[in-house]
Amino acid sequence: MKIIVVGNGMVSYKFCEKLIAKANETQFEITVFGEEIRPAYDRVHLSEYFSGKSADDLLMAPATWYEDNNIILHTGDPIQQIDRSNKTVHSFKGITQSYDVLILATGSSAFVPPIPGVEKDGVFIYRTIEDLEMMTAYAKKAKTGAVIGGGLLGLEAAKAMIDLGITDTHVIEFAPRLMPRQIDEAGSNILKAKLQTLGLKIHTSKNTAEILGNGCITGMQFSDDTKIEVDMLVISAGIKPRDELAKLSGLEIGTRGGIVVNNKLQTTDPSIYAIGECALFEGIVYGLVAPGYEMADVVASNLTNGHKVFSAYDMSTKLKLIGVDVASFGDPFVAGENCRSVVFEDTMKGIYKRINISSDGKQLLGGILIGDAEQYNMLLQTAKNKVVLPPNPEDVILGSRGGETDGGAGVLSLPDEAIVCSCESVTKGMICGAVTEGGCETIDAIKKCNKAGTGCGGCVPMVKDLMLHTMKAQGKYVRNVLCEHFNYSRQELYDLVKIHELKTYDEVLDKLGSGDGCELCKPPVSSILASLWGEMILKKGNDTAQDSNDRFLANIQKGGTYSVVPRIPGGEITPDKLIVIGQVAKQYNLYTKITGGQRIDMFGAHLNDLPDIWEQLIAAGFESGHAYGKSLRTVKSCVGSTWCRFGLHDSVSYAIRIEERYRGLRSPHKLKGGVSGCIRECAEAQSKDFGIIATEKGWNLFVCGNGGSKPQHALLLSTDLDDETCIKYIDRFLMFYIRTADPLTRTATWLNKMEGGIDYLRNVVVNDSLGICEQLETEMQLLVDSYCCEWKEAIENPAIRKRFSHFVNEPETKDPTVVFEEMREQKKVKDWK
Amino acid sequence: MLTAIEENITWFLACKSDDVPTNGGVCVKYKDDQIALFYFARRGEWYATQNECPHRQQMALSRGMIGTQSEEPKVACPFHKKTFSLQTGECLSGEECGIKTYPVKVQDGNIFIGVYQP
Repeated sequence: MKIIVVGNGMVSYKFCEKLIAKANETQFEITVFGEEIRPAYDRVHLSEYFSGKSADDLLMAPATWYEDNNIILHTGDPIQQIDRSNKTVHSFKGITQSYDVLILATGSSAFVPPIPGVEKDGVFIYRTIEDLEMMTAYAKKAKTGAVIGGGLLGLEAAKAMIDLGITDTHVIEFAPRLMPRQIDEAGSNILKAKLQTLGLKIHTSKNTAEILGNGCITGMQFSDDTKIEVDMLVISAGIKPRDELAKLSGLEIGTRGGIVVNNKLQTTDPSIYAIGECALFEGIVYGLVAPGYEMADVVASNLTNGHKVFSAYDMSTKLKLIGVDVASFGDPFVAGENCRSVVFEDTMKGIYKRINISSDGKQLLGGILIGDAEQYNMLLQTAKNKVVLPPNPEDVILGSRGGETDGGAGVLSLPDEAIVCSCESVTKGMICGAVTEGGCETIDAIKKCNKAGTGCGGCVPMVKDLMLHTMKAQGKYVRNVLCEHFNYSRQELYDLVKIHELKTYDEVLDKLGSGDGCELCKPPVSSILASLWGEMILKKGNDTAQDSNDRFLANIQKGGTYSVVPRIPGGEITPDKLIVIGQVAKQYNLYTKITGGQRIDMFGAHLNDLPDIWEQLIAAGFESGHAYGKSLRTVKSCVGSTWCRFGLHDSVSYAIRIEERYRGLRSPHKLKGGVSGCIRECAEAQSKDFGIIATEKGWNLFVCGNGGSKPQHALLLSTDLDDETCIKYIDRFLMFYIRTADPLTRTATWLNKMEGGIDYLRNVVVNDSLGICEQLETEMQLLVDSYCCEWKEAIENPAIRKRFSHFVNEPETKDPTVVFEEMREQKKVKDWK
Repeated sequence: MLTAIEENITWFLACKSDDVPTNGGVCVKYKDDQIALFYFARRGEWYATQNECPHRQQMALSRGMIGTQSEEPKVACPFHKKTFSLQTGECLSGEECGIKTYPVKVQDGNIFIGVYQP
C-alpha cells in the first residue's frame, strides 16, 4: 500500500513511527513531503533553542532514521496539488506520485491579526527554527520588546525574548486575563504578579490599533489611545490550521478553518486523512501535541487492521512558563449547582489552586494550579479515572494536615488502566510491567521500553514514583549510597554529619557507617567535613582520609612526580611574580605550561621538593591554587573595562574578588568560574559552573555550564544583578550544590538530574522557595572566614612537612626510579607502557 | 641497620611506628627495592607490599588510600584507583597483575619488615 504523508512536523513523525511499529516491513511504502528544510523537530521545546540546544538537538529523529526505516523523505518540497480522481500528488519541485492513502499533517501557521503595520521590520512570528534565527539576529539591536498574545504560546514567546536578553518586554493580551482558555481571573492575577516580578510588563484588555515606525517598528499604538515604545514585536496570538491544500482539493473545511474529519480522522474523501493541528474534529482544532499524537495513533492503528476511534480529547495541560508552574485540567471553570469549588490562594508565594468537585463531594471535575503544580498528574488521573475523593477533598491540594501521610499512596490508588503518560498513551499497568517484567530500574530504561515520559515530560515524576514503588514492592529498591561502608547518599550523610557535629573521618565511620572505609567513601566524607567545618584538611586524623592528591596538596603526574599550581586570581599577575615562578621552575627543573584557567602549572616536582618550592612561592606572595582538590579552581576573566574598548565593567577586579571569596572551598567536584566584561564573552563564562557576564545595568549570572567530555552551556539564573546580589546568589547556589550533589557530580550533571531543572534551582536560589537562603549564606560565610592557605600551614607545621619525603627511612633521597627526557628545551617524563 | 634472620626471612628495621601515619602508608627503602608499609590503625594491623603499582609500573602504592572490601584489607593506587589486597597481593579490580607482600613485625615501637632470602 502506498502512503503519502503531507507535512513533516511532530505529528507526521509520530504517525510514521507508530505505523512502522505496527506494520510488517513490506506492508507499506511511505513517502513524506515536508515544507521546511529540516526533518521534523520538537516545536514544543522550541524555546530551548535559546538556552543552548541546537537545531539538531531538537530533531525528533535524524534524517538517517527515515532511511533506516525505508521512509522516503522530501524536505523543502511542499505538496502543491492533490489530484483526487487519479490519486496523485504534485510537489513544488515537480515530483508526481500516486497514493492509496493520503495523510494530511500540514499543521498550522501563526495567526496574525490584521493590524496596520504588521509587515514592518522587527515584527516576528514564533513558529519555526527560521523564525528563531531571525529573532536572534534582530534581538542584538533591540532593547525593548513586546509580545501580542497572553496565551500559552504568547508567554512562551515572552520567555524567548528574555532568553534573548530583552528583559524589558511587554505582553499584550486582548482578553481581560492571561491564558483565557486555561485559567480563571484569580489565577491570572497570581500569574500576572509572578511574571511582573521577573520584569515582564503585562497589559490585559489591550487592543493593538497600529504598529508604529518608519520601515521598522518603533512602537505600538493601542485603541485606548495609549502607546508604548518597542524595538521588536512577536505576534503569538493563536494558530490557523494549514487547510489551503485541502480546500484547493475540494475537501470540506470548517467555517473558521480546519479540515473536517470524522472519528477515524477521515476527511470527506475516505482515502484522505487529516491529523494534528490542521484537522477539525467536532468543531475543535486541537492545538496541543498530545491529541495530535493520539490522532496519529488512531490512523496508524486503523491502517494496520486495528479498530480505534478518536474522541473528544482532554485538553488538560501543565507547563512551566518562565519558571512559573501553570496547570489546568478537566473542566477548570465549571460553576453552578452541581459542583463546588475549593480555592487556595497565597499571594505572598504566588500560589493559586482551585479544584472543582461534584456536589456530592466524591468526584474531582477539574481545576487550576498556579505557582505549584506538583499535584497535577495525581489530580488529572483522579479526575480522569473518577477515583473517589477523600472525605476532606481539600487535602488533595493542601496535603493532609495532621496524621501520617504516604506520598506514594496517591499513585498506587490509580487503576492499572489509568493513562499516566498522555503523550504516548502509556498506562500505569504498562509502567509497572516494564519494571516487573522488563527489568527496568531507571527512567531511561522505561523510556526505552515503552516511551513513557518521552513527550512533554510532565509525567516523569509520576513514572519515577511508580518505578520506585514497584521496585520497593519487589524488595529491590536501590538507593544511591556511597559504598559498602555507608548506607547513605552523600546528601543524607551531609545532613547527618552536620546534626551529629562529627569532625573526623573515623568519627563519621564509627557513628554512621560500618567496617573500615575505602577509597570510595573517604574522599566524599572528607569533602563533607571540609565543606561543613572549614578546618585544615591535613589536620591529624583526616590526612589519610583525603584523596591522594589532597593528602600531598599536589597533583600526582606520570612517573610519580607532582605538579605545582599557585593561585593567580582572575589570571592577573605582576612581572615580579612571573619572575619568581620562572626562578622556582628553573631551580627545581620544572616543566612549565600555561593552563586553560589562566595560570601557570609547573610539572615534575619531586615529593621531597614540594615544601621548599612552596616556601619560596609563599614568600613571594603566592598561595595554594587548589588544583589538586575538588574545590574552586579558577575564575577566568577577560581584561574588562580597564583596558578593553568594549568592556562595560571591570571584569578582572570582580573575578579576583570572587576567586578570593571561594578559594579553598571544598565541593562534590571541581568548580570553575568566569567573568566577562561584555557580551562578547571572551572569558567563556558560559562554559563554567558559574559564569558572570556584564550588561549595561549589572551582571547576568549563568550557572551549571561544563566543558569536559560532554560540554554544556550554562543557563541564565538571573539578570542585571549588582555586585553584592550576584555574590549572594553564587553563595546560595554553591552551598545548595555542596549540600545536595552526589560525589564527583559536576554542577551541570547535578542540574540535569534535578527535577524541575533551572526553574526549580532559580526558585530555590532567587525566590528562596525552600526558605533556606539565609542559612546557605551563613554557611558560606563561615567557610569564607575560615579560609587559610593549606600550603602555608603545611610548611609551618613540622609534623605535616615531614610527610613530604619519598623514603621514610632516608628522607633526603628522592625517588631514584623517576626518569626525565628532553623535549623542546624542557623536560618530560619517560612515557609509561 | 639491625638485621635478624629466621627461616630464610631477613627482618630489617624499617622505621619507628610513629613515622607511619595512622590508616595510611609510607615508602621504605631496602637496598634497591621500594616497599610500601601501611598502618591500618582501625584494625590494629600492619601490612607491607611492593611500592610499585603493576598496572603502569609506578612507584606509588605507599601514597594510596587504604580500606576494606568485604573485610578484605586493600590499597588503592593513586593513579587509576586499581585496588590490591594487602593480605594476598591479589588485584581486586579485575586486572591480571598482583603485588608482592611482606610480613611485618612491631617490637618496642620499631617496625621490622621481613624479606625472603632464598
